[in-house]
Amino acid sequence: MSDAMTDTGTTRMNMIQAINSALDLCMTRDPDVLVMGEDVGYFGGVFRATAGLQAKHGKTRVFDTPITETGIMGVAIGMGAYGLRPVPEIQFADYIYPALDQLVSEAARLRYRSAGEFTSPITIRSPYGGGIFGGQTHSQSPEGIFTHVSGMKTVIPATPYDAKGLLIAAIEDNDPVLFLEPKRIYNGPFNGYWDKPSENWSKHPAGDVPTGYYKVPLGKAAVVREGEALTILCYGTMVHVCTAVIAEHNIDAEIVDLRTLVPLDIETIEASVKKTGRCMIVHEATRTSGFGAELSALVQERCFYHLEAPIERVTGYDTPYPHSLEWAYFPGPVRIGQALKKIMKDA
Amino acid sequence: MVASEHPRANLQPLTLHVPEPKFRPGDAVDFVGVDVPPAGEARRPDTAAPAREFTDLAYTLVRVLDDDGRAVGPWDPKLSPDVLRRMLRNMALLRAFDERMFRAQRQGKTSFYMKATGEEAVSIAAAQALDFEDMCFPSYRQQGLLIARGYPLVEMMNQIYSNRGDKLQGKQLPIMYSARDYGFFSISGNLTTQYPQAVGWAMASAAKGDTRIAAVWCGEGSTAEGDFHSACTFASVYRAPVIFNVVNNQWAISSFSGFAGAEATTFAARAIGYGIAGLRVDGNDALAVYAATQWAAERARTNAGPTLIEHFTYRAEGHSTSDDPTQYRSAGEPTAWPLGDPVARLKQHLIAIGEWDEERHAAQDRELAEYVKAEQKEAEKNGILGHGLHQPLDTLFDGVFEEMPWHLREQQAQMMAEEEASGRPWARK
Repeated sequence: MSDAMTDTGTTRMNMIQAINSALDLCMTRDPDVLVMGEDVGYFGGVFRATAGLQAKHGKTRVFDTPITETGIMGVAIGMGAYGLRPVPEIQFADYIYPALDQLVSEAARLRYRSAGEFTSPITIRSPYGGGIFGGQTHSQSPEGIFTHVSGMKTVIPATPYDAKGLLIAAIEDNDPVLFLEPKRIYNGPFNGYWDKPSENWSKHPAGDVPTGYYKVPLGKAAVVREGEALTILCYGTMVHVCTAVIAEHNIDAEIVDLRTLVPLDIETIEASVKKTGRCMIVHEATRTSGFGAELSALVQERCFYHLEAPIERVTGYDTPYPHSLEWAYFPGPVRIGQALKKIMKDA
Repeated sequence: MVASEHPRANLQPLTLHVPEPKFRPGDAVDFVGVDVPPAGEARRPDTAAPAREFTDLAYTLVRVLDDDGRAVGPWDPKLSPDVLRRMLRNMALLRAFDERMFRAQRQGKTSFYMKATGEEAVSIAAAQALDFEDMCFPSYRQQGLLIARGYPLVEMMNQIYSNRGDKLQGKQLPIMYSARDYGFFSISGNLTTQYPQAVGWAMASAAKGDTRIAAVWCGEGSTAEGDFHSACTFASVYRAPVIFNVVNNQWAISSFSGFAGAEATTFAARAIGYGIAGLRVDGNDALAVYAATQWAAERARTNAGPTLIEHFTYRAEGHSTSDDPTQYRSAGEPTAWPLGDPVARLKQHLIAIGEWDEERHAAQDRELAEYVKAEQKEAEKNGILGHGLHQPLDTLFDGVFEEMPWHLREQQAQMMAEEEASGRPWARK
């Protein structure tokens, strides 16, 4: 066992380093964990998340793949059926669609259709989200497509600490997990003020990451800020944007970072909304049939008699992700600020 | 816009080619256009030979049994009479099973069935050539793999009936078996998804230094799926120990093989572009299927990489119980098929070598029919579809995840309450 197994220290990590640490630890602990994807081997990934892993764990456990997401996902399922625990990388979430049939019809259904004879203990890592001038093919937030699928989990971390702990939990989970990494906050907790200098993780408390093994359980949200005025449900990059915007408006909001969309931590959501009486949902993904619609329905069903204002949804627009007009699309401080004024109007 | 108004009307107009099969209902059938080389003619390369040295084998037919039932040529696997009789028995058992289950569907005992009539050699001979520990990723017409591996017929029937004995808890369409202990992967209804999965299994086996290989089946029609090509690329790149079987039975429901590209080339020739070994085999010749599988398995086991085998055969009956082939193809096709019937051909061979006779064959057929009937009786004690002896209701929510999350628990409780309120006699079972 490596030192990391008994290590109790912490160090500053950005989200990439935290993900790399999680992969390294899981591969060290379990010889069945395997990493593959486009450019993940010798080079270490276009975002460097797998840097050094091939040199340490060998070419048969960390390797480059042909450019076919269908193949990557199908091969991962076969490896899972054999008894391995593959962690494929889809280079950008925008490229995941060729793998959709393998993911939706196969990985997510295998346990059910075989009555448990075969399972898919697979974690699919994929950078998602915009704010990096990636245009429509490097910026999408497709989580709502996958939360609609029965039999798979969807996890989105918002900090380096959570990224490492959630990724370890995802890899050890015996069901397929889509692990979407908000690439805009790989280097720092971007607050949505795109025209101002960005911070990096070195100053953020959640950039202090244990070097050893720990898990952040799937299905548990984090109340990242307690408050009384309203509840804001968000995840990924939007956690930091919302935190900055309520500070600007001096509103005592309770911010809930969902961390896992499926299975959802409904208890935390319900308790918070019943306490504050107001609920705002913020995500970067397109609006129609987005995960915010599900959240809105759940809050309405469970907290209707506690609500003092209509539920407010702040999202990206129902357009492809634009390039030059990126910040007009992005649900940033202005849009969130206006929604805050609306929901707090009669308070 | 009509063609004459087109600004470039002086150029030769393009035409779109839409393939059309040779025969439609009512047409007289002659398969003279199907090239059948003599048995024993195809060469048998060393299993260590590079794929580029025998690309000709993708355009011919590996055949062992000649018209007189003799085994000839370099591909003759020289099997003992016992093994030959076992294959014949399994093929006949598969046919008897198919007959019985087809009839059960027609009697309303289940919703769906698919026969493998005419394609028995493809699965039975392959299973005979593989090791029991090798992993099979079947499509929907390889029930012969289970029969050859000795999977209990009663379990297959329980699955077909979706009854209370069904190990898959009634969750899958009839015939979509899963039998992990018999090296038989869960069948998907989505076509050719199993191809990259088999490659992944084979890659894992190789990465772990295991000795087991994988084999996978799909129809010629679904070689058009992207998954097929992704699988070929992966298998070629990593030299995965996998055998790709393409069962070219000429028909994908009502679409003839031309809609998968058969007018232009063979399916075995798909292998050439990927640099992997390709063989085109008489799929109605059990000895040829056995020999090709054995050859491909040896390549895989010696790290010489994957092989794609096209089994040239004919789907003698409908696609499934939901299909009526007389609507789109000539009724004369099955009997006119130039490669004959796989059961009759193996029987003829055993008789030719003095190891079998008509009387024994007839007796075996009677015995197998009785056996299948008895197994069916056993299975029906567990119920038939729609007659109440199904799985307990709450199993509907089992196995979506390893642990049931709150939202499924809530929906499960809702369903149970709904059944309670429904007054249906089978509620709460």
